Parts: sequence; C-alpha cells; structure tokens
Amino acid sequence: MILSKDEVKNIASLARIGIEDKEIEDYQKNLSEILDYFKELEGLDTNSIEPIGHITGRSDVSRKDERGEVARKEREDILNNAPERKDNYVKVKSVL
Amino acid sequence: MIKELHEKLISGETTSTKLTEEYFGKIEKKDKDIQAYLTLTKDLALEQARAVDEKIKKGEAVDILAGLPCAIKDNMCIAGVRTTAASKILDNYIAPYDATAIRKLKEKKAVFLGKTNLDEFAMGSSTENSAYQITRNPNDLERVPGGSSGGSAAAVAGDEAVWALGSDTGGSIRQPASFCGIVGLKPTYGRVSRHGLLAMASSLDQIGPLAKTVEDAAIVLSRIIGEDGKDATVASEFGKKYEDYLTGDISKIKIGVPKEYMADGMDEKVKEKFQEAVDKFKKMGAEVREISLPHSKYSLAAYYLIMPSEVSSNLARFDGIKYGFRADDQKDSDFDGIARNLFETYLDTRKYGLGKEVKRRIFLGTYALSAGYYDAYYLKAQKVRALIKKDFEETLEEVDFIFSPTTPETAFKIGEKTEDPLRMYLSDVFTISANLSGVPAISFPIGKINEEDGKELPIGGQLMGKWFDEEGILNAAHAFEIN
Repeated sequence: MILSKDEVKNIASLARIGIEDKEIEDYQKNLSEILDYFKELEGLDTNSIEPIGHITGRSDVSRKDERGEVARKEREDILNNAPERKDNYVKVKSVL
Repeated sequence: MIKELHEKLISGETTSTKLTEEYFGKIEKKDKDIQAYLTLTKDLALEQARAVDEKIKKGEAVDILAGLPCAIKDNMCIAGVRTTAASKILDNYIAPYDATAIRKLKEKKAVFLGKTNLDEFAMGSSTENSAYQITRNPNDLERVPGGSSGGSAAAVAGDEAVWALGSDTGGSIRQPASFCGIVGLKPTYGRVSRHGLLAMASSLDQIGPLAKTVEDAAIVLSRIIGEDGKDATVASEFGKKYEDYLTGDISKIKIGVPKEYMADGMDEKVKEKFQEAVDKFKKMGAEVREISLPHSKYSLAAYYLIMPSEVSSNLARFDGIKYGFRADDQKDSDFDGIARNLFETYLDTRKYGLGKEVKRRIFLGTYALSAGYYDAYYLKAQKVRALIKKDFEETLEEVDFIFSPTTPETAFKIGEKTEDPLRMYLSDVFTISANLSGVPAISFPIGKINEEDGKELPIGGQLMGKWFDEEGILNAAHAFEIN
C-alpha cells in the first residue's frame, strides 16, 4: 500500500503540521512502510473480542465538583509561558 | 548504594553539600563526552542540600533519599525549572508546578542535579532524536545509551547521579538500563501518578526509577507511588516500602520463559548470556519452564498503532498559543484553510517546532484515527491488546514471573538505525508487552558480552510480574544480583 501525495497532504493538514513538497515523498515511503507492517493484524480474528478500556480495570474515579484554588504566583507563571499575553489573558491571533 | 551514602550522611562522614558538589564536579568532567544533561539546577540542588545538612546537624530524622543527588528526565515538571522534553517547541517553557513524583521526592528532601536528555517527547529508542544533543553510552562513547530515557540511564551509569527518574511507554526505562548496564523499573500501569509528566501515550506511560542496584530502585519506587487526586488511573497504596521485601529467597518461585521471544532475530551471544542467567536462577532454587504468549507476535504492530494515535491527540496542545515556541513566519505554507491567520500559526509552529520522528508519529496517529480508518486500526489494535492481556493473565496463573532478555542485542552504534524507523522500532520488541498489558517489569544486568570490536557491553534481563507485584520482581532481581 502506498499513500498518495494528496493523502499525505491531507493528514498533515488534519494534524496542523506544515510540510514542504520535497518532504512529501519521504513521508509517503516511511508511512506506507509502517502501515504495511500493520497488515500483520489483519489475519487475527477479533470479532468477538471487547477492546481494552482501562488496563487494570479501574473505573468511575471521581472527585468532588468544587473549585480549585490557583496561587497568584502559579497563575503568573502559567501566563508568562504564553508567547503573547495581554493583562490576565493569553492573546490569540484573529480567528475571523 | 543509596543505603551506604545515607549512612555516611547520618554519621557525619560527609555532608549533602559536599556530596552534591562532588557530583557537579563529576558532571563537569564527564558530561562534555557523555552529554546526559540538558539543564543543570545547581542553585536548587545546593539549596536542597543545605536544608538537609541543617536537619542532620540538628539531629532530626531524615528519609533515606534525603540529601542524595539525583537526575530527572526532562519530560517531568520541576516548578521554576526549564522543561523541554528535548523539543524545540518547548525550548523556553518554565514549568509552573511540580509533577506529583517530584513533589513527593521534594517531601523526602531528595536533591535534583538537573534534567536529562531524551528522545524528543520520549519518542525513540536511542536518544538520538533529541533536538539538542546526542547522549553517549558511558560503556562505549561510540554507541547509543538506548532511549528514550537515555540521559537518565547514562547519568547513572556514568556516575553523574546516584539515581534517576525516567518514563517508560514501550521500554524507555528498561531498554536504556539494559544498554547502560544498570537497573530500570517500569511499575504497573497506575502505580505512579502521571501528573506533571509530559504525556506521550496516556494509556501506556509510567514513571519509574533507574539505579545502580535493585535495592536502590526499590527505595526510590517506594517514595513516588500512590494517589494524588490528579491522575484518575492511580491505584491506592498503603505506605509500602519495597526495600523491606528484598529477602533474596526465590527457592519456591516459578519462572516462565516465553518460547516466542527465543525465536529468530536475537543475537547469538545474547541468547548464550540469557541461558546462563536461566541456569543461575535454577541453581538458586527457582523452577524455570517454557511458556507461551501466543499473541506476542502482534504486540509490536498493536503498539505502533495505539501509541501514535494517543500521541497525535496528546501533542495537539503544542500549537504556539498557550506556551512554548510560536513561529511568526507565515509565508511558507500552501494550505488553504479557514481563519488563515491562526491556522497558519499552527502549521508553521508545529512544522518548525517539532522534530521528524515526532511528526511521523503524529501523522501515523492522525491517519489511524481519521474517518473511515478508526475501526480498522485503533479499535482493532485495542482488541489485540485485550488478547495480549489475556495471554498474561493466563500465563501468570501458571508462573510467578516471565523472564527474557530486555533487548535482542546490546547497544548499537550512533547513527546505525536513524534512517530506518521500522528497524529502530524492533529494539522494543521484548519490552512493549509490559506496557500493553500494564504489568510491572524490571531490567537488571545479567552480564557483559564481548563485541567484535573488542568492546565489552552490558546486557539486561527482564522480569515481568503480576499486576501490582513490584515487590515480587524486585526480590527476584535482587536475589539474582546478590548471588
């Protein structure tokens, strides 16, 4: 199986990763090779098998629905990591 | 090693400050060759050391880990310290909080020397995929230390830290431990909180120790386990001290050797060394028998579907908005999308911020999860995972532990596999089943092998045990080590 150039471009777009034309061929080759390897699973009958959820079977873990407190310093530290901030907001590029 | 150093601190033979300075001295001397560290935290370390020295001077009781210098893989958050995951996209990221494992270690007064190198976002088996530097194996500088916790393994093996923390998604603690000749433990899934560990594949990731001895690994593990209210998958613990379980007696245990692992692809010398280890276990009174894990041949394929799928989703957060690197150049993309401005910020940030292997895995995962392919790939792989888990459930009724080499070969040369991702993935063939099934697994040295170029290289043996039976595999590995 060989992924087409358009398929690679579409995957890159879905993944929000820019790629250059000269990279496409490389990805076609690499990705197709790995996808071929997955063919190994096709021969295995899994029709009656339930897929795994949580591996050790833990479920319904919950905590109280209450507001957590974030220290002022921690809030500052978080905001300072943003490439652009304005007052107490993370600044985003115009969407529309 | 931890016990001896602790006694020296308590008796006043040395101080934590002296010991910490000694280790920074070793790092200064050796790390230009080994390149294990990405960031050194000297101020923090000396401050932590002084606090311990004061406590000891006052005659206060301190934990066995107190004042001992350790290294932390750079995908775990220490508040106020740069945390890069060896990626350009987090080049300037300063962690605003402590990971739970770090918080627990701080409570025990451990001393943090710095953050160690890894394959970018823990994706790789050689630590060659770091955006910053290539870490070298202290046993032979021309070879890789393994990965992705290669920096942590090399730091411990090269005497640049007493012990280290790593993370293991498909073998990333155990494979470098095997290549570097030290001990590495991946706990049961849910034993250690993943809060503050930069997520790679959430259903597989676990934090664990790398150390010089099995006892050291047991001591460290005891101090990082347990619920924290921040990771819903963590199991409760009851103040267990794993070091108390190391009796060294394995006379009644049953060890299974999977026949599927002994098939083709394994280096002959590794096979020989492994056979010697099996004989040693027998001599110590263990019963060793052949067992079968019939679905193990599917594990690599299942792993390389589940892992990238979770990767593609987890790494969506690195978009140049909330933290890390943002590309300002928006001229290169030829995509036409809505909201061109923001969309192109995403495209360029991720294009320039992420490395080749990371992108490859995001692409694979994106494809596997995209419309029309979900059933054929991700769902199928999760079903295969159920079958692999069943293999382990049935086998671990029959035997106490499953024993194999950790890796099919010793450390390979730098550059040898970088062009062939599929061949690189095969390094994980014996380790990934423990992540898929969730069982705990330990790698410990079983000997050294003479290579053709005259070098002597270590190789590890791997023991996998029942879910939450860390004490069992630790004791068996400890028995091997002291005999």
